[in-house]
Amino acid sequence: MAGFELISDEGYRFDGRKPSELRRVRCNMGVFTQADGSAYIEQGNTKVLAAIYGPHEASNNMRSKVCLDKCFINCEFSQAMFSSAERKKRSRGDRKGKDMSAHIKQTFEAAIRTQLYPRSQIDIYLQVLHSDGSLYCACVNAATLALIDAGIAMKDYVCACSASLTKETSLIDINHVEELAGCAEFSAAIMPKLDQIIYSELNGRIHQDELGQLVDAVTSGCKDIFAVIDRFVRGRLEETASYFTHS
Amino acid sequence: MAKVMLGESEKWFIIHGIQDDMRNDGRSCEDYRHIEVETGVVSNTHGSSRLRLGSSELLVGVKVELGSPDPKAPTEGLIHFHVDCSPNADPSFQGRGGEDLSANISCILTRIYCNKSSIDLNTLGIIPHKQCWVVHVDVLILECGGNLLDAVSVAVKAALHNTGVPNIQVTDGDEGTQEISLPDDPNDVKFINTINAPVLVTISKVGSRHVVDASAEEELCCNASLVMGVTKRGRTTGMRKMGGGSLDPESIPEMIGTGKNIGRQLHISLDKLLKTEQGMAEDIEKAGYL
Repeated sequence: MAGFELISDEGYRFDGRKPSELRRVRCNMGVFTQADGSAYIEQGNTKVLAAIYGPHEASNNMRSKVCLDKCFINCEFSQAMFSSAERKKRSRGDRKGKDMSAHIKQTFEAAIRTQLYPRSQIDIYLQVLHSDGSLYCACVNAATLALIDAGIAMKDYVCACSASLTKETSLIDINHVEELAGCAEFSAAIMPKLDQIIYSELNGRIHQDELGQLVDAVTSGCKDIFAVIDRFVRGRLEETASYFTHS
Repeated sequence: MAKVMLGESEKWFIIHGIQDDMRNDGRSCEDYRHIEVETGVVSNTHGSSRLRLGSSELLVGVKVELGSPDPKAPTEGLIHFHVDCSPNADPSFQGRGGEDLSANISCILTRIYCNKSSIDLNTLGIIPHKQCWVVHVDVLILECGGNLLDAVSVAVKAALHNTGVPNIQVTDGDEGTQEISLPDDPNDVKFINTINAPVLVTISKVGSRHVVDASAEEELCCNASLVMGVTKRGRTTGMRKMGGGSLDPESIPEMIGTGKNIGRQLHISLDKLLKTEQGMAEDIEKAGYL
């Protein structure tokens, strides 16, 4: 297992958080002017930009994937070369990137009301500026905000969180060092109000009895993230609405 | 969608406006749009900068690592440029779509920086023939709003100015080999000297006049432009004509003269900003995208 302690004797993680604490979440919507919707989220040191184009007519090379009764979602995940500690040689199109793109596409196919946009295409582009663990989760949260900014109809928010299990305590929102420590890592994307899990992934080995604890930890982490994001979106909406009501 | 499309009448409107020294956003032919530069925004790089020019947005990260020098220049370090066009800027950059543009821009950057005068590469050498610093400059294009080359060059200069190369100690180890040791203090760095770093100025010919800093719409109306690398003292380090149209040989010296003046002014403003930023406190929160 890990050479150093993930949880100190006083119960703190190595970055000073308690096991059930999220990292600081800061976000912003409407970052770009040219995309139909855009958002930026920071979860601790993980920084992700999301841009949405659509719904629009299918582009030339994707014309074969058009569906008559619902829209087709195209997702691409890319990491900046300076995002990780060691410089990455290939920013997108490598196996990990394609894998991540496919997972995020699957997540949002479940959440977006695709029947409202037949024969169209929605593009979700994610750009990681700085990666420090929980990449999938930060990407999903950023994409949710960007979809809200673009005005695309969804069934509910999609909030994602990750958790790990060590010494019978679950750690929520793991960062890069905790990911490398070798414990099992569980990420899930949840629709908080409907209380449904739309994507989950477990890496590593845990005992069947511990699974329940891990799922509960992730669900509570997602609900916390939902609280932060919801508060931000409502605040932004009030601010925009106030521009229309002043005489 | 991000692609700009103009009808014939719109193009003529822009061309006629420029003949009368009036551009769509009220600028004169030699004015730049509002430029915002911020350095030190990405924490796990040795130097970084974020730039916004009109509606173009870029992020540059510089990382240095140890490597072996080129046998033809054993005492010099190496600089590599890489440009990545993010699909955020345009859906057509998805997958390998942006590779043509990236290759073009990185070639131009390499051309203006890899000469004797731009950056003194001897300061990046450590042990001749064996070890040197390799500087990787990664440009990430997040939004394309016209005039990408100028924006990229200014951002690269700002990022290089902000880059701190660790101070290395070379000691003699056993058996005649030399050992290098890195400092423990992460702030023990030597900043790269960018006094002679050039900046690109694109002068586009629209109708019979030329404009500086063409926006995306204006770029569609111009079919020939001149890109020049200009240093702080007004010297040219490289020049290239772009576009499918033709340039009148008599107008070229005039365009070069304009380019030099504008380049000089751009350097003065950028240096003033970089100096102010250096003087600011270390723990001021960088706004970034928030």
